[in-house]
Amino acid sequence: MSNVSILVLGIGNVLWADEGFGVRAVECLHQRYTFPDDVVVMDGGTQGVYLLPHVQSCQVLIILDAVDYGLAPGTLKLVTDDDVPSFMGAKKISLHQAGFQEVLATARLLGWEPQRILLVGVQPAVIEDYGGSLRPETAERIDDALAVVLAELDRLGVPVVERTSTPDELGPPALERGAYEQGRPNADVACRFGDERFLPGWEN
Amino acid sequence: MPVIQTPNGFNLDNGGRRIVVDPVTRIEGHMRCEVNVDDNNVIRNAVSTGTMWRGLEVILRGRDPRDAWAFVERICGVCTGCHALASVRAVENALDIRIPQNAHLIREIMAKVLQWHDHVVHFYHLHALDWVNPVNALKADPKATSALQQLVGPNHPMSSPGYFRDVQNRLKRFVESGQLGIFKNGYWDNPAYKLSPEADLMATTHYLEALDLQKEIVKIHTIFGGKNPHPNYMVGGVPCAINIDGDLAAGAPLNMERLNFVKQKIDEAYEFSKNVYLPDVIAIATFYKGWLYGGGLSATNVMDYGDYPKVNYDKSTDQLKGGVILNGNWNEVLPLDASDPEQIQEFVAHSWYKYPDEAKGLHPWDGVTDHNFVLGPNLVGTRTDIKQIDESAKYSWIKSPRWRGHAVEVGPLSRYILNYAQGNGYVTEQINSSLAAFNALAGTSLTPKQALPSTIGRTLARALEAHYCAEMMREDWYALIANIKNGDTATANVEKWDPATWPKEAKGYGLVAAPRGANGHWIQIKDGKIANYQCIVPTTWNGSPRDPSGNIGAFEASLLNTPMERPDEPVEILRTLHSFDPCLACSTHVMSEDGRELAKVTVR
Repeated sequence: MSNVSILVLGIGNVLWADEGFGVRAVECLHQRYTFPDDVVVMDGGTQGVYLLPHVQSCQVLIILDAVDYGLAPGTLKLVTDDDVPSFMGAKKISLHQAGFQEVLATARLLGWEPQRILLVGVQPAVIEDYGGSLRPETAERIDDALAVVLAELDRLGVPVVERTSTPDELGPPALERGAYEQGRPNADVACRFGDERFLPGWEN
Repeated sequence: MPVIQTPNGFNLDNGGRRIVVDPVTRIEGHMRCEVNVDDNNVIRNAVSTGTMWRGLEVILRGRDPRDAWAFVERICGVCTGCHALASVRAVENALDIRIPQNAHLIREIMAKVLQWHDHVVHFYHLHALDWVNPVNALKADPKATSALQQLVGPNHPMSSPGYFRDVQNRLKRFVESGQLGIFKNGYWDNPAYKLSPEADLMATTHYLEALDLQKEIVKIHTIFGGKNPHPNYMVGGVPCAINIDGDLAAGAPLNMERLNFVKQKIDEAYEFSKNVYLPDVIAIATFYKGWLYGGGLSATNVMDYGDYPKVNYDKSTDQLKGGVILNGNWNEVLPLDASDPEQIQEFVAHSWYKYPDEAKGLHPWDGVTDHNFVLGPNLVGTRTDIKQIDESAKYSWIKSPRWRGHAVEVGPLSRYILNYAQGNGYVTEQINSSLAAFNALAGTSLTPKQALPSTIGRTLARALEAHYCAEMMREDWYALIANIKNGDTATANVEKWDPATWPKEAKGYGLVAAPRGANGHWIQIKDGKIANYQCIVPTTWNGSPRDPSGNIGAFEASLLNTPMERPDEPVEILRTLHSFDPCLACSTHVMSEDGRELAKVTVR
């Protein structure tokens, strides 16, 4: 059994379709498995500096995220250790990645020396769908992404157990994938590519 | 082209050379800035463009109003709590829900933790590099640094020469390893940097201390808000129970041990803002004593809604008073009503939207528009590759909110001017004593009216406000303990939790003194669901383009008449824009992909 502390961190913005991949993946991980106390599964959302303490206190960091690798949509790609920061800002697709690259740099400056960083990234299909959820190409890669995470945990000697009961939600229930998708207003009610104030046909 | 005089008193000359900074770095979001400089490299025209837009409102329609906070918390990674708070306040205002005293005090502490944290992180992490040169810190004499520390911040215990030498060595190793990290995008040989190597080392050391401390302070959010890093909010109160004698099991209600931990963290915050943050700002300011640029609109028009009521729902007890000051008349503070359709209005004459009549503005309840990305005839470049924007036409994705037609600045400086003008005793004493300390060190005799409306004044007000928040949090904590000890353990009012108890239609607003300034959310509820939701966030006020009358907004006004050392190195532009702590993530929406990390500067 491992005695290093491990942070499995999903980052991204669930409000922007495939941008939410990382968060949705850790949501599944949390729903399906239980872990020893030294493994933390976290929905990091779009947070930047607020994630610093969590990053600093882990020895192994596993990140799940949507990354614009310039590959086919749904392609899963792994990046490790010193190569990770450059992928978290090279082709910035959202605000959170510049922020997270800085979190990594700042943690280093504060003396953080991780044993291992693993970035499990998926190439998004669509992000310009405000209020939307994962596209099939990315949603169907969640299982593969989790398999990578489980293999890594296995390599580290961490025992992982399948859940038998329903856990507490990782985030607010209203943002949980099912509720989020079902509660979405239809396109007639709420245009999906921008602020309704700025679009024609809307009346108070 | 002749010089234009704006109705709000600024002269704009778009002759000379044009400098384009895109993107403006070290901010949250995407922003572009263009200025014209004259033969002496003095800025004579400024154009600020929000290069993206974001519609949060649209995805909330049809949702349960009680869930709105969770969505607005995801807008961006900086302002999470102040949007969540504005959201629950808006819903409570619409449904006439009054929260219990414990909930009020816990929310107050959470809001002030956020304010303190945001200000500290902004100063050390994002703004200090506009004044401080960490590379220069490698040349400092640790002994002299220790002497400087004891002069400006004698109550900070970490001040020995050995301590500063250790930090310097750590910094040296970091730089030598090639991981300059957040320091990599500087203009480190620009003469606009004025600190001595010792002051650079002191400030850089405190940057590291601030990063270590900030993570301790936000633990308060976890205690009260549960989930980390996204605290939970709740319509009707706070989502934590109180059992003062309870045990410490995970998920257990708030007990005395946790509350004592909160107190300890508040005290740490208090000590840091008093003994480190504020002395640093004053010390840094003295090196820039001749650099009183950047005041812009703050010299004339400022606005805030007011917040931190001592007695909840009684605006007259606001510990940061709101109102509006126009034309620099600090003797008169005008009252502000966020529900009055004549007061707050948004204009789009220079924004990429369409109104039926663009000479008129619309209150957030009444906005009806159409996005309209058109570019002016004097544009240089193309729609997808803009070399130079035409500010005589539409030029930003940000709208122009105005108060009774006036452009106003919002933020900590606006709040401090408003509270100084209204005789807030704590604020007045803070301003007077910090200015006295500055004048003594700098050998100047500046008055508040001379010093405050400036880039440095904006940065100072933020430091003062952080400390005021720590001070108020202490009082909130004692009030919370006293209230609990009196037998009140209520943390939520659930009388109107069930939508069956709601009226068929309701509307309300929620206002927060957010770190960047006045933050307002307006909600309409129909048949238990959100019918409409609107936000006007602080950066919309400050970053707004011109209105139909030609009034310029706070960002643009602040840059005028500032001399630049080197036009191709926008240190002065970044310094002043950063002093507002711009956050465009929620005021705008991603429009184009942008992978550049270093600000690209073009001089034409």
